[in-house]
Amino acid sequence: MEVPISTAELLTTDGIPLKQSLRKAERRNKLRAFLLVFPLLLFIFVTFVMPIGDMLLRSVDDSQINSVFPNTFDEYKNWDKGADELPPEEVYKSLFFELANGDKRQIGKALTRMNYAKSGWKSLIKKTTREIKKIVKKGEEPVSYKDTFIKINKFWGDPTYWYSFNQMVNDRSSIYYWNALDRTFNEDGDVVLQDEKRRMYIKTWLRTFKVSVYVTIFCLILGFPVAHLLANLPLRYSNLLMIFVLLPFWTSLLVRTTAWIVMLQQNGVINGILVWLGVISDDGRIQMVYNEVGTLIAMTQILLPFMILPLYSVMRVIPKSHMRAAQNLGAKPVTAFLRVYLPQTIPGISAGGLLVFVLAIGYFITPELVGGKDGKLIGSWIAYHLKTTLNWGLCAALGAILLGIMLIFYWLYNKIVGIDNIKLG
Amino acid sequence: MNDTSQSFVKFEKIDKSYDGEVLVVKNLNLDIAKGEFVTMLGPSGSGKTTTLMMLAGFETPTNGEIFLDTKPISKIPPYEREIGMVFQNYALFPHMTVAENLSFPLEVRKISKPDIKEKVQKALDMVELGNFGTRFPAQLSGGQQQRVALARALVFEPRLVLMDEPLGALDKNLREQMQYEIKHIHDRIGITVVYVTHDQSEALTMSNRIAVFNDGVVEQLSTPDILYEKPENSFVAKFIGENNTLNGVVREVNGSSCTVELDGGFGMVKALKINVNEVGEKTQLSIRPERVSIDNLTSDSNNFSGKIEELIYLGDHIRARLDVCGNNEFIVKVPNEGSFQHKEGDELKLSWNSEDVRALDL
Repeated sequence: MEVPISTAELLTTDGIPLKQSLRKAERRNKLRAFLLVFPLLLFIFVTFVMPIGDMLLRSVDDSQINSVFPNTFDEYKNWDKGADELPPEEVYKSLFFELANGDKRQIGKALTRMNYAKSGWKSLIKKTTREIKKIVKKGEEPVSYKDTFIKINKFWGDPTYWYSFNQMVNDRSSIYYWNALDRTFNEDGDVVLQDEKRRMYIKTWLRTFKVSVYVTIFCLILGFPVAHLLANLPLRYSNLLMIFVLLPFWTSLLVRTTAWIVMLQQNGVINGILVWLGVISDDGRIQMVYNEVGTLIAMTQILLPFMILPLYSVMRVIPKSHMRAAQNLGAKPVTAFLRVYLPQTIPGISAGGLLVFVLAIGYFITPELVGGKDGKLIGSWIAYHLKTTLNWGLCAALGAILLGIMLIFYWLYNKIVGIDNIKLG
Repeated sequence: MNDTSQSFVKFEKIDKSYDGEVLVVKNLNLDIAKGEFVTMLGPSGSGKTTTLMMLAGFETPTNGEIFLDTKPISKIPPYEREIGMVFQNYALFPHMTVAENLSFPLEVRKISKPDIKEKVQKALDMVELGNFGTRFPAQLSGGQQQRVALARALVFEPRLVLMDEPLGALDKNLREQMQYEIKHIHDRIGITVVYVTHDQSEALTMSNRIAVFNDGVVEQLSTPDILYEKPENSFVAKFIGENNTLNGVVREVNGSSCTVELDGGFGMVKALKINVNEVGEKTQLSIRPERVSIDNLTSDSNNFSGKIEELIYLGDHIRARLDVCGNNEFIVKVPNEGSFQHKEGDELKLSWNSEDVRALDL
């Protein structure tokens, strides 16, 4: 019998194209699936995507100041810096009216921004505004706005102030990112290092990395044997051990951190015991808290479960017969461990490592409390600018850089280990 | 077949207990000759796997000594015993390719690279997986994984190969095919094999000798045919093959045969005296279903009748469950020659030779 082979579309028994029929049949299921995940999607969008998007926008946003001094900035763009030492008369004139008529709160906000570009702006403008208000009240119209300004304060004749306008005239600015890396713009708009005494971010970034890497390594060293024990003990004992591992999760982070202060401080438990044992003298008490050491100890303890759990979940499913088989094939226990057991735990090691590292790099409360002056991480700066200086642009830039670093690590991880290999439980 | 040769593996008075209260293996004495295929057969929990693990070095005997090639091995760690093993779930290393799995035992023995390559290829060819070296275990079917495990256990030319229910995870057809393959490989390279299984047909197919384990004790150690045809106790009779039992009391002993009066007054049976000693002892008679003949009254005094309870059509034969002398689980296999006309409820005339009835312990 000859079987007709056709390249035409497949049809159902009723003659409807198969694909169309399948779509119709699956439509209800697809709709139901979508409706089921819709609340979650909405939730993620509102609580995650939007705030992060807003933050990323804020880190480059410079529109506020442009809305306060629109005319001044327009005129400023016409200034030929090569020809004239100072901006043309129109710039002074626009600024005069924008200061005289502007909303006080908006100007206040803009001043903060101007001060990031060059310190001194805030007091200069405040003084000048007072004088301008007086002039307007009297109803006088200055002959030369430029001269009036310079008469109010001689700094208006200093072109460096005017140069710093340059970095504010656009709606978008990269200044916050450069600030987050200890850099700023000079008068010509080139990126230069900050003054020596204002450089602190690079140092903190490096420390953040160092602490995160160390914490990850310590967690791995401490967590691996525990996870192995958990995976291989009889259920009765492993359950008990698991409770000890999870106990930190059930205790407030703040309590645990302060407990570490009690343990580690100079008059604390550990120093007390060491003195009592005669290991150290009473004068030689070790400084273990309010520095990097304290941050390392406390963060390692707090993040340890995040290393143990992925490791445990991977080790649990490695059959015990593998070690036996390796030994049976002639490998000494150490060789068997290194060549057969260890490679199979890599998904757990990398998952735990990534998790601990990502958590550590953005950690805030613990380093803030036990870190002292030289144990603070980048998170502390973000909080500082968020709450104290209200420099949200810099906050956003620091946060965006942190996010970027995490994404780079994620990408590297995917390249090297493969994200499919990750196992969290 | 190798009974006369010197024993290669020798278990001597082995006891094993895990908790100090229960003996998992009791006074095990077992000799295995070089080149022999010995199977440890028994229900789960009978101590057969423990025995194998003691031989491999993963468990320590609580008492006694195991000799390999006349040398005691209790003090030798597993990695120096030179014993290959196929594990229940193969224990192939999932992060290594098939070839790497096979090279592993050679690499740890510091064999040169070209030699390793050659040996690995030879081993793969032996199990007909010559082109699968670059695959990972997860990319192989169950039967192929099984063969890789076998090749890995043989590639470093061990003195002895142990197999712990290696075919348990395969489906029925593949299991049968692998049974023959393992048997052929054994015949070809002549290595000593100790095999553990709970599947009696597997044991019968493959082994030179079978040790039937029950509750930590070897009930009988013998060749498959003797084990099936001449079981020495009721456990072996029941465990190996199908078996009809009738209970009774010994009334007369006459040399190697005896006469047994069935419980419930169903009459007297002439049987071989195997595991009974004196008149008056209770006994269990064992008769294989295929040794019972129907409608044939030529044999000696063992003539009985039974009512057909159930007939099961199995193609080549018909399986009849009868009620005989108070036992309604009495099975008879009737060859399907086309002449069997009886229905359920009919009475059948049964008979058997007294040499086919074995009087065993109760």
